[in-house]
Amino acid sequence: MTQALGYLKETASQTAGPYVHIGLIPHMAGFDIFQNNFGNVLVGAQTKGEHIVIEGRVLDGTGTPVRDALLEIWQANAAGRYNHPADRQNKPLDDGFRGWGRTGAEFDTGLYRFETVKPGKVPGRDGRMMAPHINFWVVARGINIGLSTRMYFADEAEANTADPILNAIEQEVRRGTLVAQRSSRGGKTVYTFDIVLQGDNETVFFDI
Amino acid sequence: MNIQRQDFRREGDAPAEPFIPARNPLEFFQRDRDMHPPAYAPIYKTSVNRSPRKALLSLEQSLSEVTGPVFGHNDIGILDNDLIKNYAKTGDPIGERIIVHGQVLDECRRPVPHTLVEFWQANAAGRYRHKKDTYLAPIDPNFGGCGRTLTDENGYYFFRTVKPGPYPWRNYVNSWRPAHIHFSLFGSGFAQRLITQMYFEGDPLIKICPIVHTIPDEEAINRLVAPLDINAAVPHDCLTYRFDIVLRGRRSTLFENRLEGN
Ligand SMILES: [Fe+2]
Repeated sequence: MTQALGYLKETASQTAGPYVHIGLIPHMAGFDIFQNNFGNVLVGAQTKGEHIVIEGRVLDGTGTPVRDALLEIWQANAAGRYNHPADRQNKPLDDGFRGWGRTGAEFDTGLYRFETVKPGKVPGRDGRMMAPHINFWVVARGINIGLSTRMYFADEAEANTADPILNAIEQEVRRGTLVAQRSSRGGKTVYTFDIVLQGDNETVFFDI
Repeated sequence: MNIQRQDFRREGDAPAEPFIPARNPLEFFQRDRDMHPPAYAPIYKTSVNRSPRKALLSLEQSLSEVTGPVFGHNDIGILDNDLIKNYAKTGDPIGERIIVHGQVLDECRRPVPHTLVEFWQANAAGRYRHKKDTYLAPIDPNFGGCGRTLTDENGYYFFRTVKPGPYPWRNYVNSWRPAHIHFSLFGSGFAQRLITQMYFEGDPLIKICPIVHTIPDEEAINRLVAPLDINAAVPHDCLTYRFDIVLRGRRSTLFENRLEGN
């Protein structure tokens, strides 16, 4: 026998289930209950930086849209700083920009959508800059533990080439699964980012 | 006695610094995935087409993972932790009145203060207020079925509700969910993000539920089962269940006092 280390064990994950909207986005379940609701618009008119739209679908192993997926994003502001006390970089915070949003896929089309700003670069572990990216977290019925991934920007080719995380993906052919394509529609910049849960084009997911 | 200390530094080197064991003090412990359900768990049929099959890429955490959204009391309404009152229209909802309380801790037993806890559930008949739920049991006009709260400085939380009913679901022909409450937790960094479900002591459906048994570890399942906490009941009013939740530990808690930023 040895001394006991005494650590607790992390609580086990369970699927968010088909009715996750009730708790996290009740208006999508069909009712209104909270005074303040969390949503998919991270920005106001005053938010600094390039305003962008992100949209896409979560697809299952058969290519079918996952219409009950819930997605969250977490990102730095346009200056490249996270609104969190552990980020002590000497860069400005942007008042009112939390950097977090949540939405559900549309029940009919499976499309999700966020309105935000393009984040600046933040340093990686060794102090070198990572390419601009947005952290994604996806849950749904049938997903037993939340899936973590990142979205990078196609128009940041040079930064992407140097990014330590993209470079850690052994099969180069898979790196593209994390890169959103840029287009413009109705005067807005739109990045399209589909997340593929399974199959040949499976998105790279992280154990973070 | 005068001990001669060898000094290997050369002129021009930076001054000596105290040894700090954590390379990145903010990072979280590696997740023990043996206690979590695997993505692919064929007894839960929906997971078959929704499970990644390639290996996850293990990522050493950067600022992107050790930070996460911060919530405050402005985000929460006064009735948000009272499911008996937060959707009451003509009276209180039908069902066993209960309080659920507990502490959110990390793996180092440290409380996780001021973190957002969200919860949702079926009503006492096992029916969700959701446009996609078609179970024949009735909607309760006075029950929404969701709430949220922030933990206090000791990681403690509580809310009031009615005990949810079990309900049937399409997996096998005769599959039933045990009574449960869904929980969503943030912690202090996005790497701690967690969704789970709380079950009730003594429910015979727990041991035959495919979703429960996606979890491969029996002890990990037991930790999802909330015991009746009779001492915390409110006489003539409410029974109480206790549900403690553990989020991933953080390295800085191992070598405290000298490290900033947590
Ligand atoms: Fe449920």
